[in-house]
This record gives sequence, structure tokens and C-alpha cells, in this order.
Amino acid sequence: MIPKDLRYTEDHEWVRLEGDRAVVGITHHAQGQLGDIVFVELPPVGKRVRRGEKVAAVESVKAVGEVNAPLSGEVVAVNPAVEGSPDLVNKDPYGQGWLFALRMAAPGEVDGLLDAAGYEAFLKGTR
Amino acid sequence: MSTIYDRGAPGRRAVALPALQNSEEELLLELPPALRRRNPPRLPEVSQPELVRHYTELSRMNYGVDTGFYPLGSCTMKYNPKLHEDLARLPGFSGLHPLLPPEECQGALAVLWELGELLQGITGMPGVTLQPAAGAHGELTGMLLLKRWLEDRGETGRTKVLLPDSAHGTNPASAAMVGFTVVSLPSDRRGMVDLEALKRALGPDVAGIMLTVPNTLGIFEEDILEITELVHGAGGLCYFDGANFNAYLGRARPGDMGADIFHINLHKTFSTPHGGGGPGAGPVTVSEALVPYLPVPGIVRRGDRFELDWDRPKSVGRVHPYHGNFLVAVRALAYILTLGDEGMREVSAGAVLAANYLKALLQDVYRVPYDRLVKHEFVLSGAGLGEGIRTLDVVKRLMDYGFHPPTIYFPLIVPEALMIEPTETEPKEVLDAFAEALRAIAREAREDPQLLKEAPHGTPVRRLDEARAVREPRLRIQFEKS
Amino acid sequence: MNPYVPHTPDDVRGMLEKIGISDVEGLFSDIPPEVRARHRPLGLPARDELAVSRHLGSRAAESTGARLVPFLGGGLYDHYIPPVVGHVLSRSEFFTAYTPYQAELSQGTLTWMFEYQTMVCELTGMEVANASMYDGATALAEAVLMAARATGGRTVLVPRSLLPHVREVLATYAWGAGLTLTDVPYGPDGRMALGAVPEGTCALVVAQPNALGILEDLSGLKERLGKAFLIAYANPIVLAVVEPPGSFGADVVVGEGQVLGNPIAFGGPLLGFFATRMEHLRRMPGRVSGETRDAHGKVGYVMTFQTREQHIRREGATSNICTNSALCALAATVYLAALGPGGLRRVALLAYERAHVLAERIGRIPGYGLAFSGPFFHEFVVRCSNPAGAVEKLRRAGIAVLPPEFLAPLGVRQGFPVAVTEKRTDEELDLFVSALEGR
Repeated sequence: MIPKDLRYTEDHEWVRLEGDRAVVGITHHAQGQLGDIVFVELPPVGKRVRRGEKVAAVESVKAVGEVNAPLSGEVVAVNPAVEGSPDLVNKDPYGQGWLFALRMAAPGEVDGLLDAAGYEAFLKGTR
Repeated sequence: MSTIYDRGAPGRRAVALPALQNSEEELLLELPPALRRRNPPRLPEVSQPELVRHYTELSRMNYGVDTGFYPLGSCTMKYNPKLHEDLARLPGFSGLHPLLPPEECQGALAVLWELGELLQGITGMPGVTLQPAAGAHGELTGMLLLKRWLEDRGETGRTKVLLPDSAHGTNPASAAMVGFTVVSLPSDRRGMVDLEALKRALGPDVAGIMLTVPNTLGIFEEDILEITELVHGAGGLCYFDGANFNAYLGRARPGDMGADIFHINLHKTFSTPHGGGGPGAGPVTVSEALVPYLPVPGIVRRGDRFELDWDRPKSVGRVHPYHGNFLVAVRALAYILTLGDEGMREVSAGAVLAANYLKALLQDVYRVPYDRLVKHEFVLSGAGLGEGIRTLDVVKRLMDYGFHPPTIYFPLIVPEALMIEPTETEPKEVLDAFAEALRAIAREAREDPQLLKEAPHGTPVRRLDEARAVREPRLRIQFEKS
Repeated sequence: MNPYVPHTPDDVRGMLEKIGISDVEGLFSDIPPEVRARHRPLGLPARDELAVSRHLGSRAAESTGARLVPFLGGGLYDHYIPPVVGHVLSRSEFFTAYTPYQAELSQGTLTWMFEYQTMVCELTGMEVANASMYDGATALAEAVLMAARATGGRTVLVPRSLLPHVREVLATYAWGAGLTLTDVPYGPDGRMALGAVPEGTCALVVAQPNALGILEDLSGLKERLGKAFLIAYANPIVLAVVEPPGSFGADVVVGEGQVLGNPIAFGGPLLGFFATRMEHLRRMPGRVSGETRDAHGKVGYVMTFQTREQHIRREGATSNICTNSALCALAATVYLAALGPGGLRRVALLAYERAHVLAERIGRIPGYGLAFSGPFFHEFVVRCSNPAGAVEKLRRAGIAVLPPEFLAPLGVRQGFPVAVTEKRTDEELDLFVSALEGR
């Protein structure tokens, strides 16, 4: 469950690059660790974030998963669907369960992200 | 599950009250119109027998220490002596108003003073406040003391509080409430504070450390003297969380280990009932350096009289509107007086004996991630018992065997943690039966995992859907629009 | 062997053998020897139950104040507690349990919590309530911290007529959190006189009634505050007949719940109640019980929205509170259920009626009068030239009122407060009046 066309972080965020935009969500592994997701807290559109800064939160009944910005930039869109139906993050983490989109401020940061193979290796290492 | 609102009928009442001299309508008309309540609060209307039946029924769906074994780790669910309940109900205690002049409250002030003196002696620390109403409130008081101490010394650049990664959640939350930044310290392979990591973390920006002794793995920090010396050497103070004081009561004193601030949960170590979640009490004892900062008023003895001491210009102020949870203090004092020195030693001996015994009965079946001599509690892991079996399943099944589950999923550094604190008040036979139940459940996990997954089977309700409670919040009864 | 430890020498031997340690002292070998060597016993002998009972029994008898006829208020009031409350509380399935972490074994606690939350919401006119805080003062302090987090403001407007010891607790918490308290004066009627609302205000506190016993008019306050919180510190018995703060747009309503079936108990344990609006739920401190279903579809209750709490969110939690005042909240629940809407209204009006009878009679005594002209409920300030002398006269008649110094922080110099509940009899009112009339 690690799509080849995405990039990843060691904090278990995924990134889909679309021109100068980056769509962000949490990985299948991360949603599985959290369990039933019951609440998603998203940033306001227009917020400027630095790479690594806490930008959103995904909550299950007994845990809070903080979502850090994988890249620096400005929040240009958030996914209203997951606010109403947080379980979309469980059911379709790479699709309907996306969280927010950034307009990248420093596209060079992309080089610091993992590719699918790198993330898979990282997961194996932490197990 | 029915609530009290499902019972009764309009017009029923459970108490006969005196009559008014005027009519209700007349009196209500005296209130300014803007203040007169338009719609009365919707409260139950039940007769006294209905009321008693309802709450008796609810009580039977509960489980307390008087019901059975309650090995909830870090909570010290020991037996609550019944004499204490009678003493707390004496009218000279329960009916006394705290704002009367001290000369009218001598007996109550004497109780607080006596308890304070005893707690100072038991902890080996020369100052005390009984105001904090719970353990976390004691922690907050401790953090306020630390902040005031730093301010008084002009050391406001010390903004960080160090916390082992095994700490109770109340510790970081308390530090944050007074504006400290929390820095987490990793545990080492022994389950203790990693001294090298501590040395790296210490510096001119560190206000102090919050330690739980023994820690939440039930392990005594063998390097405790070195830890407190390092922190003091770096200009910080040492806060000890006393939630686990039952482990060494009457045998060792935090004041002798370098503690500057120590909170005591009277509802844990000193046997006062937990009340379904409270009230408890969280007195704080302090080292000499912090005495000037203690909350006002202090309670002092002058000759044979007890007085309130407001003369503390450097005090942090009040943390409680009166003198703390007085009736809890009455119970704790009765407990200490009953036990005496020898009885307190028996408490810690019994608690540590029971914990190590239970651990010995279980460690061939459940993994013990940090396998050492423990104090009053120990932590097992429920991982690897069977396909898809989690600790949650194990403890839900434990209910079917008639036991209250231990604390689970804490401390966070142990995956699938089961944190077991038997206390000194359980007979050996009960410990044996509990171990036998956990061993049987481990067998069931392999042979019939579905039995665990669907547990509990014999409780008033089956496993409850916690996700639903958040997704569709119903936090009060919703009435039809009236 | 103390009576609460059941291990016989045989048990101890058997248990040590299983552990593989030869003696009890060996169980403590991990405590550094120098620490153990420094330990000093208290020199305290063990005592039997009779001796402990005698000692504390005599302590209870030593407080002369408990034998006076109380006209005492100042935030705690001597209301009648129906015996049914104490009998329900003495079910040890309730009072020897802890926080209901395991819902399936705690349906009793979780159900009454749900009932309690409903009752608090009804009394205050709010949408959601937590399952209790330590006391009214810390509930108020937590409400202010919540307002600061929600609005980013750092200034708290606090009426000068707030109970002085409640204000002191608030001041301690505010100092810890770096907030500033700004006084709001009161007028000659004893009511709060709010001036301009400064920039950076996170909350206005209003007491209902205030420490002078005066009922405040909350109309229009929220409109003047904008996003800053309106926080009411209210007496829940008064709310039986007075329009609740929720109707005036209050963001949080807190108060002291001792009056709901709990003894005064020398000031503790008490009961802080805390209610707010659903929009603020995720910022609310404290435990909450919520309704859900079990695996078979049956209704049941669980602790919910726990990700706000310290055991999950740690330094990011809405509060550090863990142990609360559960048993006092159960007392309040049973008390309110026992009285019902009619009984609670009766208690409130009895206190109101008797207080007004007494105030009027005191007003007819030469040299005595009411200090403030605003409407009061069941507590009022008596104005006189020699309050200390008046209090002493009452004391000689066996009557207790709060000392005049109690109101000094509020700027009241020539008076003392009097509180009346449904428990005060006609004879006691007569005694009060004749004591003041005497010389």
C-alpha cells in the first residue's frame, strides 16, 4: 500500500506533486496505527507554513496524530470532505482522504523527501 | 441503560420541604423582570423509592475496590478503611465553615496541622501545603513554586522542564500550564533515566526536572542521587511525582534523595476513597529553599493554638479557595495514626511483595519488557499473544473472570502495555486467582481468539463503540422542544 | 500486622520463594543504601480503632464554630441535604471506584455523569458540561485559561465584587499563565459597572449573584465583548428562578456546586461545575461522558473526547486535570433528582423569602440598613457603624456571620455579610434580630 508515484516523509505524510502544488495526506501505515479516525483538524487556507511545522491533526479515539508540513509553502486548499467524514482517511488515505494542498515556496525541498522505495525501507527499519 | 429521566412522572417528588409564607408567584414577581427565569430547568420528577432504586441499580453496574480486585496501575486502588468514612461525617468536621475566625475552628486546623507535620516527617521535607485538591493540582502548585523561585532569583531564562518519556501525562500538562517548555528525556535499556541524555539536556535554560519515583514501569531510579545532583549542579530543581509513594512508604524519603518539591496523592498512598474519579487530595511538601513561596495561608501552631499564617510575602498565592480537601485530610490522618511507623513499613513491604510475586507468576506467559526487581507495580506487554489479539482484548476478557482490568497502553514506551498494581491489601489467594485468569486468557488468545475479540460477555453492556461517541456526540439528554 | 494487610508469615515466605528473594528487605535493595540509611521514623506508635476514633472525635468537638447557628455565606451555604443523598453516596460501588476508564464495568458512574451533565446544562442554559472540576474557583480559573487560548487575548476583566478568595485563586493561575487581571468596579447599587472593554481582552467574568449578594443584569454584556468570552460564576440554586447566563450568550458558566447536596466540610471537598457551548467543546477541560451503543446495539456510556485530556495530549492538553470531584458531582445529581424542578424552586424561594424577611427586620433596627440598593437573593451586606461590635453581639447569642474583614478586599468598610437558607427557622431569625437590638 505504498503508491509509487508519491513522495513520503519519515513522519508518515505522503505528497503528490502537481506543478507548483503539493497535495498532502497521511499514509496507509499511519492511518492503521491510529485506528478509527474520528476527527481531522485542518489549517486555514492562506496559512504559510515552514517545512516540519505542525499544520494539521488527525485524531482517533485514543490518539492524536500530528501532521507536519512536508514542504514549506502556503496552504491553498483543504479537503472539506474529511472534516465531515473523518473515516475517509482510513478508507482511502491516498485518494478521498487527502488533507490539504500547499503552493510550494522552496521546490528544492522536494529532494529531501523519500520515494516509495525509500519509505518502504524506512518502514521495515522501524518495525 | 436508562437514566433517572426515564423514571417518574410530572409532580412526583422525593423530599418533603417546608412551605413558603408567600405564594411562589408573588415571590417570583418580586424579581426584576429581566432576571426572572422563563423556562424552568428540566430536572427529573421522581418519588423517593424510585430514586433509590435507580441509583442502587446504577451502583450494581459499577465495580469498586469493595467489589473486587482492582489492579489499576499508578492508581493504588487499596482498601479504604470504613472507620474513616464515619469520622469524615462527624458534624464538627462536615458542618464547619472555613471562613469562621480561626479561634472557632481549632479542631479542624489542628487536624490539618497534624497531617502537615506528619507528611513533612514522612517525606523528610521541611515545608508543606495541603491546599492542592488532587495530584495534578499538586503538580501545578509545584510548577508555580518553581516559577516563583526562578523569578525571585532573576533566573527567568530558565524555561525548560525535563521529563522522562515514561512520565504521567499530567506532568507535561502541568508544566505547560505555567508556561514551561517540556523536553522529553529518553529512557535507557534498564527503563531508567538515561544519564548521558540528561547531561546533554541540562543547561542554563533548564528550570528543573519532573521525576516519578519509582517510575511508571515500577522501577526505582537506581541513579536517583546522581540525577538530583546533576540537576542541582546545573542550577535546576527536582520535582518528584508522588503517585507511586506507596512503593517506599516508611522506608525512604524523597527529601533524602534530593527532591525539592514532592506531591502526595492522599487517595492513593493514604487510602482515601477514589470516589468514582475524585475527590482526592494532592498535598505538596518542599525543601527549605521553597518554603517562602508556599501558598497562603499556612497553618501554624503558636503555643496550644492553631492560626493562619498570611505572612509570606513571596508566596505564589492561593491555589484553593479554602484549605484544600479537608475531609480527605481527616481520613488520611486517621490512616497514618492507625498505622504508625511499623504499619507504614508493612504497607510498602506488602505492596512490593505483591507486585513482584504477581510478576513472577506471569512472566513466563506475558513478555516483561524491562525485567528487573520492581516496586509496587510492573508492566507487561500483551503483544504476541495470538493472531490479531491486542491488550484491549485481554483486559476486556479479564472482566468476564470478575476482575477489574489493569491500566493499559501506558506507559507509552511499552507497546501493548498492561500496568499492574496489586497494592498491599489483597490476599495471596486473590493474586493467585488473578494470575490464573491472565494465564487462562493467554491460552484462549491462541485457541479461541474470537472469545477475546468479542469480550466482555458477562457485563451489563458489551464492548462499547467509542468512535461513535465522538462522531455522533451525545453529551447530554436531548429533550423534545417544549 | 496492620488490619489492612492480609499477608501472614506463611504467605510472605511462599511469595518470596516464588520471587526468588530471601527476605523482605531484599525487595528494597534497588533503593540506594545511603538513602535508606538516612530514613528516620516518626516515632509514631500504631493505634487501635478506638484510640483513633477518640482522637479525631475530640478534634471534631474542638471547633466551636460548628455549634453556632450559621448565617454564613461567602460562596458556601448551609442548605438542607436530604438523607437520601448520603445513602446513595454510601454505596461503595460508587465511592471505591475510580475514573471510569473501563466503560463496561463503570456504567453506573458513566450514567450518572451523563445525568449530571444534563442537569448542569439545564441549570446554566448551556449546551455541554464536563463531569466536574475541583471547586468553583479553579473551574473559573480554567475557564479563563480556555478563553485566553481561544481568543489570544491576555487581559481578563474581573469584577471587584467577585468573592475575594475565588479571585485570589484566579490571580494565581493567571500569573502562572502570564495573564493580567483588570478590575471592574461596582456602583452604589452593588452591581458591576463595566466601562470600556480594552483591546486584548480575553474574557469578562461576571458573578451571579456577586459577593455582595446582588443579582447582576447580564443583558447586553456579550454584545459588548465581541469574540472575548463572557464567563459567568453562578450559584446553581439561584439559577432555579433566575434567568441562566446561557440566555445572555455566556461562553462558559462555572460555579461552586457545594450547595447541591454537599456539606460545607471546612471548605473541601467542593464541586466545580463547568458548562459551555458545543463550539468550544474541543477546548473544554475535564472528563465527559457520552452516549453510544455496544456491540449488540444497546445504549451505553463512555468517556469521550479524551484527546483533549492530559493522558493523551500531554503538554498540548486543554488542562492538567485528572482526578476531579466525582463523588460531589454524584451528590449534586442525586440532590437535583430528589428535589426536581419544583423542589429546587422551593429551596431557592425559601432562601430568598427568609433572607428578605430578615433584611427588612434588620433595616428597622436603628443604625442598621442594607449597604447596597440593588436586588439581592439570599445574601446581603448589613451596613452599620460598628460591624465588629455587631458580629460580637451575634456571636454572644450563638449566631455566626462572616467577619467584617471578609469584605475588606472589596472596599466594604462599614458592614458585614449575612446569608440565609431554607434551614434557618423563624426562631433563629428572631434571635438574630433581638441580638442586634440588644446592647
